Amino acid sequence: MKNKYDVLVVGGGPAGALAAKTAVEKGLSALIVEKRPAIGAPVRCAEGIGKEALQEFIEPDPRWISAEMTGAGIVAPDGFFMKLESALAGNKVGYILDRKVFDRELVWKAAEAGADVAVKSRACAPILENGVVRGAKVEYGGKVTDVSAHVVIAADGVESKFSKWCGIDTTVPVREIMSSVQYVMTDIDIDPGATIFYLGNDVAPEGYLWIFPKGKRSANVGIGISGRKSGAGHRAKDYLDKFVKKTFPNGKTIEFIPGGVSVCRPLECSVADGLLIAGDAARVVDPLTGGGIYNAMYTGKLAAEVAADCIGKGDLSKKALMRYDKEWRASKMGKSIERNYHIKEYLIKQSDEKLNEIIHSVSKLNLKEFSTLNLIKEIIRVNPKLMLDLGALAASLR
Amino acid sequence: MLTIHRDICGYCGCCVSVCPEGALELIDAYLSVDATCTSCGVCAKVCPLGALEVVNEK
Repeated sequence: MKNKYDVLVVGGGPAGALAAKTAVEKGLSALIVEKRPAIGAPVRCAEGIGKEALQEFIEPDPRWISAEMTGAGIVAPDGFFMKLESALAGNKVGYILDRKVFDRELVWKAAEAGADVAVKSRACAPILENGVVRGAKVEYGGKVTDVSAHVVIAADGVESKFSKWCGIDTTVPVREIMSSVQYVMTDIDIDPGATIFYLGNDVAPEGYLWIFPKGKRSANVGIGISGRKSGAGHRAKDYLDKFVKKTFPNGKTIEFIPGGVSVCRPLECSVADGLLIAGDAARVVDPLTGGGIYNAMYTGKLAAEVAADCIGKGDLSKKALMRYDKEWRASKMGKSIERNYHIKEYLIKQSDEKLNEIIHSVSKLNLKEFSTLNLIKEIIRVNPKLMLDLGALAASLR
Repeated sequence: MLTIHRDICGYCGCCVSVCPEGALELIDAYLSVDATCTSCGVCAKVCPLGALEVVNEK
């Protein structure tokens, strides 16, 4: 670790790794500081990602792919099961990753490209000069060192403390944090090629419960519920334990994973003078699915591209860095977040009866192109009344 | 006052993200709370495991 870099990246997850890799590929010097002693662990993720989304950044490698998905299923509150399959049999629609290996691979690639990496090293305060972010104080082994940088990319995940220290309010509203627990389970009877989602107020209030296969008889079995529905005796863990006891009484849990996932709107502004915010830290998780891997990689890469451009021009002001904010908001990802936020807001307000009705109505779908958007489009097609409920949003779905 | 039950805490950071004061911080497996905590209890509510508790002082 040196005392000066062009780009300082806070956090060694997918956003930070892509940011650092992109920065060094643009000829800049970059350092990733990761406060945890290991990249990729502990996992805080259900590990699902779409096939095409993944391939935009990296070629799939069996070393970090746990399972390939060909379909999905939704279980309605009344227990009715709807299977969704890609029109082309055997067509892969997504992957369940092994994040411990995947995250390492991404950081390795950044390091290989020339980035420096420091683990068990914590950015504990920003270095501010007249309100401009000029680096960070980095704590390692009990010592604090100043690391100066032209620009800092905050990719510090759901906690998003670094930006808070820079004066940006990153607090997630209680109702928009998914309070989550996941067990990695083995020796259970599952469909190894399909992700299954359980909906309903008794199962997962204002959230969902998932089974994401990790092998023939292994899966991530997890749940996220709205923070406002959480409390003593009815927490995420209580709901999950109830489900597991009933559904997989003989399964074995080999990993215990709590977590928080933001399903709020992204930060109002994801840049400041000398600072760009990427990934979960910028609250760019998909509010409907809770998926954040792709969005993290996308914003991490874009943040570094804009940083490189601005360093070249010698202008790291908020105004110059705003190109990053504008670009991701206008992107397919940005639009999808906005649209899915509205759909999420609509769905969490529905009663179990209404959810049953919707799911029954679309039970015989055969989606040509498998995606959340296509599913939503189909739901609206067979429920024209929803068009009215969704109001202005419906227009964007046609 | 906020009490952290360390035998229950899974150090996931869910609480950190909702703290309006920025009073909580997670360093690897150790959650800490600083003097800016107002005992509002938001963190205790959202904790997926029930590791946080606001204990009223007498």
